[in-house]
Amino acid sequence: MTSLSRDDVANLARLARIEMSDEELVNLSKEFTVILDAVARVQEVAGADVAPTSHPLPLRNVFRPDVVVASLTPEEALSGAPSQEESRFRVPQILGEE
Amino acid sequence: MIRNSAAEMAAKLNTGEITSVELTQLHLDRIASVDTDVHAFLYVNNEGALAQAAEVDSKRAAGEKMSPLAGVPLALKDVMTQKGVPTTCGSKILEGWRPPYDSTVVTNLKKNGIVILGKTNMDEFAMGSSTENSAYGPTHNPWDLSRIPGGSGGGSSAALAAFEAPLAIGTDTGGSIRQPAAVTGTVGVKPTYGGVSRFGLVAFSSSLDQAGPCARTVLDAALLHEAIAGHDPKDSTSINAPVPQVVAAAKSGDVKGMKIGVVKELNGEGYQSGVRTRFEESLELLAAAGAEIVEVSAPNFEYALAAYYLIAPSECSSNLARFDAMRYGLRVGDVDGASAESVMNLTREVGFGREVKRRIILGTYALSSGYYDAYYGSAQKVRTLITQDFNKAFEKCDVMVSPTCPTTAFKIGEKSNDPIAMYLNDIATIPVNMAGIGGMSLPAGLAPEDGLPVGFQIMAPAMQDDRMYLVGAALEAALLSKWGAPLLSKIPALAGK
Repeated sequence: MTSLSRDDVANLARLARIEMSDEELVNLSKEFTVILDAVARVQEVAGADVAPTSHPLPLRNVFRPDVVVASLTPEEALSGAPSQEESRFRVPQILGEE
Repeated sequence: MIRNSAAEMAAKLNTGEITSVELTQLHLDRIASVDTDVHAFLYVNNEGALAQAAEVDSKRAAGEKMSPLAGVPLALKDVMTQKGVPTTCGSKILEGWRPPYDSTVVTNLKKNGIVILGKTNMDEFAMGSSTENSAYGPTHNPWDLSRIPGGSGGGSSAALAAFEAPLAIGTDTGGSIRQPAAVTGTVGVKPTYGGVSRFGLVAFSSSLDQAGPCARTVLDAALLHEAIAGHDPKDSTSINAPVPQVVAAAKSGDVKGMKIGVVKELNGEGYQSGVRTRFEESLELLAAAGAEIVEVSAPNFEYALAAYYLIAPSECSSNLARFDAMRYGLRVGDVDGASAESVMNLTREVGFGREVKRRIILGTYALSSGYYDAYYGSAQKVRTLITQDFNKAFEKCDVMVSPTCPTTAFKIGEKSNDPIAMYLNDIATIPVNMAGIGGMSLPAGLAPEDGLPVGFQIMAPAMQDDRMYLVGAALEAALLSKWGAPLLSKIPALAGK
């Protein structure tokens, strides 16, 4: 049986950029014991001789003609922005201060 | 009038018995009357729908050549973008967002003059089987308002069953068109993967997601299928081949000599007795219509559910990374000096619901280094085995069939605290998505023990979608002559306002 501790879930939540309360972390770690047990069944039949399928269509390098078509105007592109400044998305600080 | 099929409405529009504006208004009135009880819609576009209807009427009056469904109203699942119309995907993170572009499905609907009434409720980002995971509250099944309408497209299926719209668009990642159709006594089709463009369909699991038609009759579904399908250069996974002749197949319904394969593993234990009764009866009717019933085996289907709950969360953990509070949607915690990372963390905490968080975390785990091969990698191998099972079975039959779901509609709240029990709803629908083939659910009658609708599932090889419509039309005709009236004539009347 695989299990995930509260701290394991906290680490995954950090990687997934989701703030979680202690209660949520504890609940998820309990649920994951059950869920992982159920999904781990795939290992029963996934032998080394079976090729993986990532996609139903065997596609490779799909091209279209390189022609200019209409695209969004800056106003349209910014229409849903939570915050904007001088026709640009205004975002919180990304790099630490030097 | 609102109880007519879409094809009947189209005929009356053609003869001038009714205008599209009148027909649209009838449906808007119906929505205003019953949707407080059903809650199929998240947004009703009164003005936009009537404007679109007026445009169709004036084109018809001017003698322009009209598409078969021109002027007929439709309900659009809220996962599909429509320019200027709120699109939430049932999530708080997109509350108030008005996309600046049309999805290709919407472009095709507009091109065909199909009138879009509004956006329908769904499980958040299409993750769920009951529409209880919507951040805007559940949708109620018109057969029994205390029960779920299926999910994730429960708003679309409920709108059809409540006569709020004769047509709807759904999307199906693991059964989200077919299972809602089954539990509401309506028709739902998941086309072959790549048959309908995904451009503008907000992605959940890109290798599984497929948009398709929802309707009250097989012919209506075929007409809508033809209107939305076809190659789209904006979707690199869209198939560049002619659309299968689905309308011709739905009109023919000739199954003489067709081999119908009953999937041994998708019946029996775990399936409600009334579901089995209706399924067996449907098989007898198809045999009487001239089809040959054979048994086929798909031994790896029992691993499909486990593989799905690794593949879909893995892809969703990546796809939903786009909701980063930077370019659109909700932004929380943007105070002076707050870092981008803390704004993302806080926004995603508030913006996503429980099931979405659960799947993002599960997917993050399944893809993380050290566990990738054991989980995501093994699930991909199961996907190969399921496809091989289908290929082998289709050597012995033209279509495969099963009950669409193991049970009829359950009570709202009954399974919401048990993710595994909830996931089991999709046990018969998921293999189709894993292999990228087509699947249809149509009503097979009511389960004797609870009087609720049962769905019959038809599965066809990739790009042979017309075969589902042949079999579906044959079964629908046989059941109709047995019942004397469509199944939905038995639905209890809604009180309304």
